[in-house]
Amino acid sequence: MVKKLITEDTKLFMTGNEVIAYAAVAAGAEFMYGYPITPQNEVMHTWCKLLPKTDAGFLQTEDEISAGFSTLGGILAGKKAFTATAGPGNVIMQDAMSMAEMNRLPFVCAVMQRGGPSTATVIYAQQETTLTCFGGNGEGYRIVYSTAGHQDLYDYTIKAFNTAWKYRFPTFILADGYQGKMREPVMAYDPEARGIDLIPATPYLRAEGVAGVDRKPVHLRNCFNLEEELMEVLDSYEEEFNRIAPEIAEYQEYKAEDAEVLIIAHGIVARSAMTAIDELRAKGIRVGLFRPITLRPLAVDPLRKAVSRAKQVLFTESANGQMARLALEKMYGLTTPYQTLYKMGVGVTGGDIIEKVEKMVKENNLVC
Amino acid sequence: MPNILTVPPRLPEAQNPDPGVSKFCPGCGHGMILKTLASAIDELNLQARAVYGCDIGCSLLSWNYMNIDTIQAHHGRTTPVIYGITRATPEAVGIAYMGDGGGLAIGAQHLVNAAVRNEKMLVILVNNTNYGMTGGQMAPTTLPGQVTETTPYGRDVEATGKPAKGAEMVSAVVDTEAAYVTRGTVNNLRQLKTMMKKGLQNVADGRGFSYVEALSVCPLNWRTNNVDTWDRLDEMEDFFKVGELVVPQGLEGVK
Amino acid sequence: MARSKIVLAGEGGQGVQSIAKILVEAGYSANKNVLYIPNFGVEQRGGVSIAFCQIADESIGEPRFSKGDIVIMLSDRAIERCACYVDENTTVVYDDSVCLKKPEMKAKRIINVSANKIANDELSARVFNMIILGVVLKATNVVDIQHAKDALELALGKKFEAKPELRDLNYKALERGMGLINDTASV
Repeated sequence: MVKKLITEDTKLFMTGNEVIAYAAVAAGAEFMYGYPITPQNEVMHTWCKLLPKTDAGFLQTEDEISAGFSTLGGILAGKKAFTATAGPGNVIMQDAMSMAEMNRLPFVCAVMQRGGPSTATVIYAQQETTLTCFGGNGEGYRIVYSTAGHQDLYDYTIKAFNTAWKYRFPTFILADGYQGKMREPVMAYDPEARGIDLIPATPYLRAEGVAGVDRKPVHLRNCFNLEEELMEVLDSYEEEFNRIAPEIAEYQEYKAEDAEVLIIAHGIVARSAMTAIDELRAKGIRVGLFRPITLRPLAVDPLRKAVSRAKQVLFTESANGQMARLALEKMYGLTTPYQTLYKMGVGVTGGDIIEKVEKMVKENNLVC
Repeated sequence: MPNILTVPPRLPEAQNPDPGVSKFCPGCGHGMILKTLASAIDELNLQARAVYGCDIGCSLLSWNYMNIDTIQAHHGRTTPVIYGITRATPEAVGIAYMGDGGGLAIGAQHLVNAAVRNEKMLVILVNNTNYGMTGGQMAPTTLPGQVTETTPYGRDVEATGKPAKGAEMVSAVVDTEAAYVTRGTVNNLRQLKTMMKKGLQNVADGRGFSYVEALSVCPLNWRTNNVDTWDRLDEMEDFFKVGELVVPQGLEGVK
Repeated sequence: MARSKIVLAGEGGQGVQSIAKILVEAGYSANKNVLYIPNFGVEQRGGVSIAFCQIADESIGEPRFSKGDIVIMLSDRAIERCACYVDENTTVVYDDSVCLKKPEMKAKRIINVSANKIANDELSARVFNMIILGVVLKATNVVDIQHAKDALELALGKKFEAKPELRDLNYKALERGMGLINDTASV
């Protein structure tokens, strides 16, 4: 058992990468497997620095492929194991993530997005949205929390472990280099002291009793002989994923109730949108935010309702519409027109959004 | 005269008595190697501690072959899955079972690094000089001149290099005081079993990394009859020397 | 709006990120909302080092902003690189004892200080960044000097204990920096 670091509410002032490590400890994570890549390195650094206090485990592997697969090993052994990666590391870790999807392993990974494609930048982007939600050669049976700052990083890292072990789908904390490297205050807490039960990890392999003697051995496979065998498995995953989606899906609205212009943004860009909304509202423009917190699964009904209420929608993200594609698919049939503000691999500032919304209001003669 | 055919074959305890229809091709070496492994586990009384991972390739067919907990990994990724398990639960005796493609091509970085880090695990690498599952392509271990689907005129060492010697490669990077590195063959299962026992014991003792390469046969893809199959194995043994390469102190008692 | 957006930019080694860290630490200990993000591209190895700091009474949204209230430029390359963060509401401060160029841009005010020269002539080259921190404190007026001193203690307390004269030197630099500009430049 890993030792607790935070036993009472404690305000911390640190970088997001550090927050993730602290939150993982609070969530009862027992082992981290990792490989260096910017901008997630400090998750590992902090985890390692805390080891004497936590009695947790760490292994620096030879690449992200092995970081992903050894994390699966740790999980199979019944440990709350996790990893963190970014960019090209996220690409090659998809190999392991897809096995987690197939074998229903509670794989937890913090993705600190950086620019893409290729090595691109080590700084920031929201370009790993599609990859994190749907990477791998499968259907994307994954749960993806898009965080928007340090409190989210703390809250949703804890939640990610619980979600993963409860539902047994790979679960992601999708953040970015800005969140990883920026420093802002966060309230750290012991989840159990707040009534959040930590779902215990249980071994897949080498559980109680001698396999083949006291009980039947466990034989896990990811390769089937027949097409129909595979479909039967995937149909059951699909059914289950859809059934639990309403329990998992989360969203946030900010001044969206009476908004004529609805901004749809996720992650840190949603924070910029809030800055813009305050300034635009001060000028009398009725604008609000719909922020999907889970990108997979999406909170479809609330999204459709919010979009239906608005006269105009603005999708904005630090990618070329990766989140918008997820949302648009679920908005089929709605007629609210939309515009876009995409900055690929570049931060979207409040100023950018203000300029765009003012232009939209002017063009469409919206009475706000 | 006793009705011999009604007496079931004596299976090792560590081997699953009911894996369903045999999946390996007639004449394949995997069955022999796996049974040898199961016997070795039995003789060391390691069934309670053993955990087994198989790679993709023909080795994937062994996913339910053992009477211990098993995990089927991705191609080349059995090594990290197993050391992920043994790092998290050091009392487990982790066995990663793979072919020459999985170990020496797509998963070579894991093999090298696991050996360098002295991961407490046993790698069993079955060397049959070709990719069997995918239809008999050239493997890193394909012999010079050997005909495969991707070397239809024989392996040209000028163009594709000489065969990879896994055991020698691993020997070059391991901690020689802690690791056990050897090469056996299905030609000599008694010797192979002793090697597997040493490899297992080395891990069970918490001493270090073990690597057992097993020279094996693939008559289907080799397109060889019985006689030619075993002649080919002799040829392989000329190229890949059978024997122990690294033996740490402490395994003297394992026979 | 009670939010100060500050950009600090200079060459690696000038201590830009340390100034930023102490500045936001001071804001944090003053119970303000703070957010600090460094630029950390591969350019940090031998490029212009930039720190984006925000100190506010209300909660802070965007991590990076389009235009700063105050942009501190500590090298010629920083002037070039950070012109994009300046508009007519921005106060620009540059060090004329480092920069060979003068920032030519549309800004609210452009102020020159000679922190590098003062550090070398009067104090120590090591406290150049503390002089700049003093300039920032005075220019923004968002946190008082005592909080800055607390933050300094947090960052360098161990060093100060070993060499108490270092504490005085840093304090002196801080105060000297504050004296370099007359009035606050913020809103």
